[in-house]
Amino acid sequence: MESFEAFFSWLYSDHGINLTIGYDSYDRGRFLDGVWTTIKLSVLSILFSLIIGAVGAWVQGSPLRILRVFIGFFIAFFRNTPPLVQLYFFYFAVGTVLRVTGENGLPQPLVSNFGWAVISLSLFAGALNVEIFRSGIEAVPKSTIEASEALGFNRLQTYAYIVLPLAVRVALPSLGTNLVNLVKTTTLAYAIAVPEILYASAQIWSDELNVREMMNVLLLSYIGLVAILVWVLHRWEKALRIPGYGV
Amino acid sequence: MKILAQLTFGAAALVLSAGIASADKLEDITAAGKIVVGVKQDYRPWGYLDSDGNIVGLEIDLAKDVADKLGVAVELVPVVSSNRMEFLQQGRIDLIIATMGDNEKRRKVVGMIEPNYYAGGANVIAPKGSGLTAWADLDGKDVCAIQGAYYNKQVARDYSANIVAFAGVPEATAALANGSCVGFVYDNTWIESQLASDAQWAEYEMPFVTEQLQPWAIAVPLDELDMAYGDKMRDIVTDWHKSGFLIERNAANGIADNPFLQEQQDRLK
Repeated sequence: MESFEAFFSWLYSDHGINLTIGYDSYDRGRFLDGVWTTIKLSVLSILFSLIIGAVGAWVQGSPLRILRVFIGFFIAFFRNTPPLVQLYFFYFAVGTVLRVTGENGLPQPLVSNFGWAVISLSLFAGALNVEIFRSGIEAVPKSTIEASEALGFNRLQTYAYIVLPLAVRVALPSLGTNLVNLVKTTTLAYAIAVPEILYASAQIWSDELNVREMMNVLLLSYIGLVAILVWVLHRWEKALRIPGYGV
Repeated sequence: MKILAQLTFGAAALVLSAGIASADKLEDITAAGKIVVGVKQDYRPWGYLDSDGNIVGLEIDLAKDVADKLGVAVELVPVVSSNRMEFLQQGRIDLIIATMGDNEKRRKVVGMIEPNYYAGGANVIAPKGSGLTAWADLDGKDVCAIQGAYYNKQVARDYSANIVAFAGVPEATAALANGSCVGFVYDNTWIESQLASDAQWAEYEMPFVTEQLQPWAIAVPLDELDMAYGDKMRDIVTDWHKSGFLIERNAANGIADNPFLQEQQDRLK
């Protein structure tokens, strides 16, 4: 560890490259906490957005008109508004109403800024996932669904065991694009002070004035994070592959 | 060609006017019988408009005292942060007493008078009854802040506070108001002025002793800094500290005790 820190100190003193996260344990701690927060935020948002997407696509095919209209509104609302505005709306508008009394007797928000970021990003990406899953569902041949009905599957069973597994395979490429975008959209949580990587880096560069260095670190960190996600998605795609079926 | 001629003429006129201005300013002021001071009118209680529309406040008390000491009348010109130094350079005002922080960059533009007459620093605005009495009470709590403020790091480091930093004051105060953080760490002078002027803050207080002070300075034109005028101003500010005038006016304007003023008085005594 000492030679590691010495290297970064030398980099600064001899080359003027001020990577404080290399030699200052406080800044490194802040930065690593930021990376961890981004990972948590991404994983939770991806998970919930997939659930919202799958459930939404199922409801979209519902025989009940009111449910279909509701989902239509939901998609229109989250697809037609910028995610930053949604975040502000949840945190500053909805968050002000949803309050509980804290231990010190003063009102506190029911949901933390991290909580709102997960909710907001999940709904945003979830709305897009509904459309992506729908495109997959529509690619499932009608004859397959008729076959499952003939075997006595009800609507939910047909969806869960036949349609969704096939639809996911078809939708996977565009789903991947949306999830990669979701990871990058987590930077917006900066606006409501969720300490993710961008926030941590901005704190560091406003204290240490090493904007140039931290910008590079930030870019490389995202390249790394997204590369991991792309790799996982690729593995998933491979594992799901059915020999002889479509893609 | 015509434009060029006008430019040359303009430049010549500028040089000429600068030449006149650099004649002994102190004598000019005495001869004119008045000193023109740039003050804030939107920063209660340092400089603000009272119900009759007069500019009043701590810095106006200071401006009047300068005029008294010079034996001239005072003329107050309201300024804002973005034009005060330009006004001084153009000769529109003779002196700046307008909550101006002293730093290296500004020293290249205007003549900062030392000793510094005042200092602002970091404090916290928190709801009454939050139970905060000392900085150490912030341990492990969420504290709202502004991104890039110089004191954030120290508050986080020294008191283990969890800094929740927003882009601007409206976001930070909204987060404070909805209870997302126990307090909002910001300039103590801003907090004072909000508590003094805005009913929105009736249920809030400033519970700590101000820390991490950054000095403010009154300023004269740069080329007057080492002339008789600058000397006179240095004498006046030194006297303000020595005599306790600043401490007295600070209290009289309803501003909380400022450790910087006591420090300066002890130092200059």
